[in-house]
Amino acid sequence: MTDPSHSDGAESRIANALDGTSWVRAGLYASLFVIAVLYLLPLWSAIATSLKTVTGFANTAPFVPPGFDQFTLDAWSSAWETLNPSIINSAMFVIPATIIVPILGSLAAFGLTITNWRGQLALYTLFIAGIFVPLQSVLVPLSIIWSNASVEATLASLGPLNVWELPYTQRYQAQFIELAVTHIAFGIPLATLLFRSHYKDMSEEMIEAARLEGVSIYRIYLNIVLPLSRPVFVVVMILAFTTIWNDLLFALVLVSNPAAEPVTVTFSGIAGAKVQQFNTIMAGGFLTALPTLIVYVLFTRQFAEGFSQTGA
Amino acid sequence: MDETNEVSTNDRTTLTGLLGPITRRFRRNEFLQSLPFLLVPTLLLGVFVYGSILWNVVLSLTDFRGFGNPDYSSLDVELYQQMLNDPTFITAAKNTVLLMGGFTAVCLIVGLGLAILIDREIRFEGSLRTVYLLPMSLSFVVTSIFWAWMFNPSNGVVNYLLRTAGLDFLANDWFGDPATQLWAIMIALVWQFSGLAMIIYLAGLRKIPTEQYEAAQLDGAPVWIRYLKVIVPQLKTSTFSAIVILLLFSLKAFDFIYVLYGVNPGPGADILPVMMYREAFDANNWAYGSSIAVVLLLATFAAIVPYLYYQHKKDLL
Repeated sequence: MTDPSHSDGAESRIANALDGTSWVRAGLYASLFVIAVLYLLPLWSAIATSLKTVTGFANTAPFVPPGFDQFTLDAWSSAWETLNPSIINSAMFVIPATIIVPILGSLAAFGLTITNWRGQLALYTLFIAGIFVPLQSVLVPLSIIWSNASVEATLASLGPLNVWELPYTQRYQAQFIELAVTHIAFGIPLATLLFRSHYKDMSEEMIEAARLEGVSIYRIYLNIVLPLSRPVFVVVMILAFTTIWNDLLFALVLVSNPAAEPVTVTFSGIAGAKVQQFNTIMAGGFLTALPTLIVYVLFTRQFAEGFSQTGA
Repeated sequence: MDETNEVSTNDRTTLTGLLGPITRRFRRNEFLQSLPFLLVPTLLLGVFVYGSILWNVVLSLTDFRGFGNPDYSSLDVELYQQMLNDPTFITAAKNTVLLMGGFTAVCLIVGLGLAILIDREIRFEGSLRTVYLLPMSLSFVVTSIFWAWMFNPSNGVVNYLLRTAGLDFLANDWFGDPATQLWAIMIALVWQFSGLAMIIYLAGLRKIPTEQYEAAQLDGAPVWIRYLKVIVPQLKTSTFSAIVILLLFSLKAFDFIYVLYGVNPGPGADILPVMMYREAFDANNWAYGSSIAVVLLLATFAAIVPYLYYQHKKDLL
C-alpha cells in the first residue's frame, strides 16, 4: 500500500464519512461478528457432530459441543480407516499435477509474451478461453481417449522394462497418470493467464542489461524471469492443488478401478451409504477437506489473490 | 486514479516491447524460438481441451449410444431437435439458468455488503476475511454433505433454530422438497462463494480515491444513498469479473448436486451439467450427452466472449 492518495486518509476515510457515533461502530462490529458466526456454523456443527456418539448427535442440537458421556473419536478413526487409501490415491496424482501445472503455465506465458509472430494472439486467445470450457463438453471424448490409450499396457512394455515389476507399483496406478495429465491440461489455461499478467509488467532494466550482454531468450527465462516468478508459482500451485484435490467429475468419469479412487469419490460413496452415521460422515468430510484447509490457512492471501484473478 | 498511478501505468512497458531489439534479431525465426516454450502446453491443450471439444461436437451429430463404436457415416442435428422437445431438457435448462442467475446475483449482493462493512478500517479485518472466504477452500463434495446436515429434516440446525423460534410450521425437508431444494442449494453455494465476491469488491473499493468518499460525505443524503450513487457505479469492472468467476464456479455445481441426489435429482434440482452426465455415463446415450454438452459450451461462451473482448480492449488480458 504505497498509494499516496490513500496514505493520509485511509485510516479514517469511510470511518469519518459514515460513522457518527461509537455505537454505530459497535453495531458494525456486532454485525460482522454475527455474520462470521453464521459462516462458521455449518463447519462448527459438523465438527461438533463428528465428535459425538450416535446417541449423542441424535439427542442434542448439532452445534452443541459433545458432553462427557457423548464424546468419542470413534467416528474419526472409522472415517480415517475408510478414507486413508483414497487420500493416498489423491496425493499420488494431485501432487505431480500441482508441480507440473505452474511449470507448463510459466513456459507457455513466457513463450506467448516474449516473441511476436503471426497467429500468436489467436493461440493466446485459445489458451485463455480454455479457462471457461465447461468440463462436460469434453467428458465423452476423454473417456474414449483414456479407455483406448491403455497407459497400463504401455507402461508394461516400455522396451525391456515392465514398470509394474518395479517395487511399490500397482497396475491401478496407471489411472493416476490419466488423471494427472487431464488435470494438467485443464490447469494450464489459468496458470498461463496468471503468469502472463506478471510477465507483461516485468521490470525493464534487468532484461535490458541481459540484452546488452547478448543473452539468449532461454537464459533470460532461466536466469531472470524464472527467479522473479516465484510468487506467481506459489499462487498457481495453490489454485491447482485446491482445484484438483477437490475435483469429483473427472475422477468419476476416468477412474474405472475402485482401487484407484481419489478421496472425493470415496467420500461421496460413504456419504451416500452410511445414511444415519452423521458423525462418521462429518469426520470423513473434514478428512477429505483437510489438505486444502491447511493450504488455505497457510496461504490465505495467495489463495484470495489467485481466485479473484481467475477472470483476469 | 491519482498522479503516481497514472505515471506508473504509462511507464509500464511490456516485455514484448522492451525485448524488441533482441527479438528483432531473431525476427525470422521467432516462431521457432517460442516453440520450446509452447510445444508441450499447446499439445496438451490441443488434444485434451480443443481436440476433445471438436470430437464432442462431431459425436453429438452421430447417434452413438450403448456399447460399441460411434458411426460417423451419417451426421445430423436430429438430437438437437429431440432435445428441444424433451421436457426433461427444458426443465433442466430452466433450473440451470435460475440457479446460476440467482446464485450469481445473491453472491454479488452479499459480497458487496460484506466488502462495504469490512472496508471501514475495522480491527480483525484479516481474520474476518479469512472466515468469510474459508468455505471456498472446501470441495463441493464436502460442502454438500455439511449442508445436508444443516438442512436435515429432523436433526438439522436450520429446522432446530426454526423450531426454537416457534416457527415450527416453517420447518421443512429443505433438500428433499422439490419446491425448496433449488433455493436450498443456492443458499449453500452463496455461503461457499460470497467470500470471493467480497474479496473482488474489496479490491475494487480500495481503488476508489479518498476524494470520492469525501465528495459523497458532503451532500446530506443518507449513507446508503451516497453509496449507491457514488461508490457502487465505480465498481463496474469488479462486478464484471466477479460475475464471470462466479458463473465459472456455478458450472461446477454438478459435484454438489451429484453428491446429494446422484444422477437423478428429479425435476426440482436437475441442471444441464447433471443431465449431461446422466445421459452419457448412466444411460449410455453418448451422443445425446454430447449434444447437451455442446449447448452448455455455447451458452457459456455466449456469456464469456463479450467479457473477454472487453478485457482485450482494455489490454487487461
